[in-house]
Amino acid sequence: MTVNSPDTTPPPAGSRVANSDFSGDNQQAATLGDAVRSYANRVRGGDMGSLPAIFGLLVLFIIFSLANDKFLSTLNLANLITQSGSICVLAMGLVFVLLIGEIDLSAGVAGGVSAAIVGLAMTDHGQPWWVAALAGIAAGAVIGVAIGLLVANLGIPSFVVTLAFFLALQGVNLKLIGQGGSIGIDDDVIRGLTIKNVPVTAGWIAAVVLVIAFAALSYNRHRVQVAKGLAHDPLVLVVIKIVVFAAIILGVTALLNTNRSLNPVFPIHGIPWVLPVVAVLLLFWTFVLTRTSYGRHLYAVGGNAEAARRAGINVGMMKISAFVICSSMAAISGILSASYSGKVSPGSGGGNVLLYAVGAAVIGGVSLFGGRGRAVDAVIGGVVIATVANGLGLLNQASYINFLVTGGVLLVAASVDAISRRRRSASGV
Amino acid sequence: MTQPLLELRGVNKSFGVVHVLHDVDFAVYPGQVTALVGDNGAGKSTLVKIIAGIYGRDSGDYLFDGEPVAAHNPKDVADLGVEVVYQDLALCDNLDIVENMFLGREAKKGLALDEVTMESRARETLASLSVRTVKSVRQSVASLSGGQRQTVAIAKAVLWNSKIVLLDEPTAALGVAQTRQVLDLVRRLADRGLGVVLISHNMGDVFEVADRITALYLGRVAADVPTKDVTHQQVVELITAGRSGSLGIAENPETAAV
Repeated sequence: MTVNSPDTTPPPAGSRVANSDFSGDNQQAATLGDAVRSYANRVRGGDMGSLPAIFGLLVLFIIFSLANDKFLSTLNLANLITQSGSICVLAMGLVFVLLIGEIDLSAGVAGGVSAAIVGLAMTDHGQPWWVAALAGIAAGAVIGVAIGLLVANLGIPSFVVTLAFFLALQGVNLKLIGQGGSIGIDDDVIRGLTIKNVPVTAGWIAAVVLVIAFAALSYNRHRVQVAKGLAHDPLVLVVIKIVVFAAIILGVTALLNTNRSLNPVFPIHGIPWVLPVVAVLLLFWTFVLTRTSYGRHLYAVGGNAEAARRAGINVGMMKISAFVICSSMAAISGILSASYSGKVSPGSGGGNVLLYAVGAAVIGGVSLFGGRGRAVDAVIGGVVIATVANGLGLLNQASYINFLVTGGVLLVAASVDAISRRRRSASGV
Repeated sequence: MTQPLLELRGVNKSFGVVHVLHDVDFAVYPGQVTALVGDNGAGKSTLVKIIAGIYGRDSGDYLFDGEPVAAHNPKDVADLGVEVVYQDLALCDNLDIVENMFLGREAKKGLALDEVTMESRARETLASLSVRTVKSVRQSVASLSGGQRQTVAIAKAVLWNSKIVLLDEPTAALGVAQTRQVLDLVRRLADRGLGVVLISHNMGDVFEVADRITALYLGRVAADVPTKDVTHQQVVELITAGRSGSLGIAENPETAAV
């Protein structure tokens, strides 16, 4: 038996289960107060989600804005969003691998290799940007298949397999680009992802459409749940969620649509193209993880691989697919990163890129132990990490500080994960 | 007596030189709880795995509704409507009750999951089993007690209109109140007309809910008797010695030993 909680102890106060009637459960969390209480119970029990990340983001914003008055300028905030794009995408890819309880240490350099292939396809072979990008993503997928096969079929721990790929892929990148060389990315579209902006009107239209769609879907879901007598959040909570979502989306849009140029002659306004790219990926993967049986099976494999196997899920295929998604997302991340820096060098994707992304996912609330995490966690965590990098950059700290802080942040995030996991198993939330 | 829903006749099984099951006959009747008892190593688990289709049989027949069927792998058996609830439950802690009950067999609407159908059906199934101890079908399995987990695992087996449910030591890790819940549920399953097989070491449980008792002794069926015809003492003797008075294996049990 793998029952965590001893059966003789009374259930924790948060889950008064013993005497309540089953048919009473549609009234669960019927009022806002109930919903708040049950959320507080979950947090106390260690199910914190992205709460630490949001708290950390607030603290970082306060510290950096006090330390440097340029931090809160619209120019810097727009730059921050652009910087966080590649970290968010890489972290989103890692969510899939982390969900099944594995790790991919090679994702960063896989992105570097893919970006090099994109660069070479455009410069040496004169391919249009989209052919090059597809080739890069395909290269990422192939790397993912190789890692997945080694992990799922040979049973080598993913830590070892991906460490080997981490080293080997850096060699591949060096061979592709050549010692000391670099490939310039000057394609209008690829480079434009991070240096060009969505026209102001189009940005507003997209933001408003997104908010209306979110509101309509949320309300409709609530209506169906009530009509069928299913478990549902109180209407007030649904409305609050819609309002918060609208405030974030419209706020960011307003911020980015104001002129942020320091030079009055050349106005800069509009949402950087990288933001819609991240948003579309986020929406897509959130749908896959929460609304498809594939996503459900991924969580099941991470939660209890044996249970998943007995339920008829092909665990090996799930593992391979997770590595393929991770490496493909790494390729997209590599392209965004190349777009931002305007070049691909042999060191692209090496160094602390991967640790940034793992840190982003874990800070956002993705568990290193598998089975827990959402795509949006990676984005929230990515913004936290990008804020650290951006703020430290503004403060002109020596680079050793940068490494120390990043390492510290990763450790703190992993500790939070481990502690909340222990609290979860103690409280059974 | 009505016709058995599931019947094994003359089943033999060896692992290498070890002859684990000798000409075992085993029957499950609709609407009855059949207890499968025996000491460690008597062959209970092997018999369950043969019924579940995980192990093949060396010889012997597998009859369902009186007809011989080719049940050679877990899928054949699941298609017949036989579900096994294993001791380690096979639930995912990070998923909620509905998600666990439909794992691997999710209802879909196009590409997306049909949560409305799944939650309604899970709710109906739990309600039909008179499960009153679960606060919400959307709470995660990690938050459930041992008895509730067992309940969910059993409900998961019942959800698919199964005809036979095999329960492997369902009360082994449970406290008094939770054992009570699970035994009540076992009884209700039989009252609904399902054939229930209860594998248990606990004589109290067996005498409380079982209609028939099949005792295994060193890979042979020592007795297959209605519960009301035997005493606690007799069953213990059947389990430990293979015979009790007029019941049990007639010949010298030494020849039965491997």
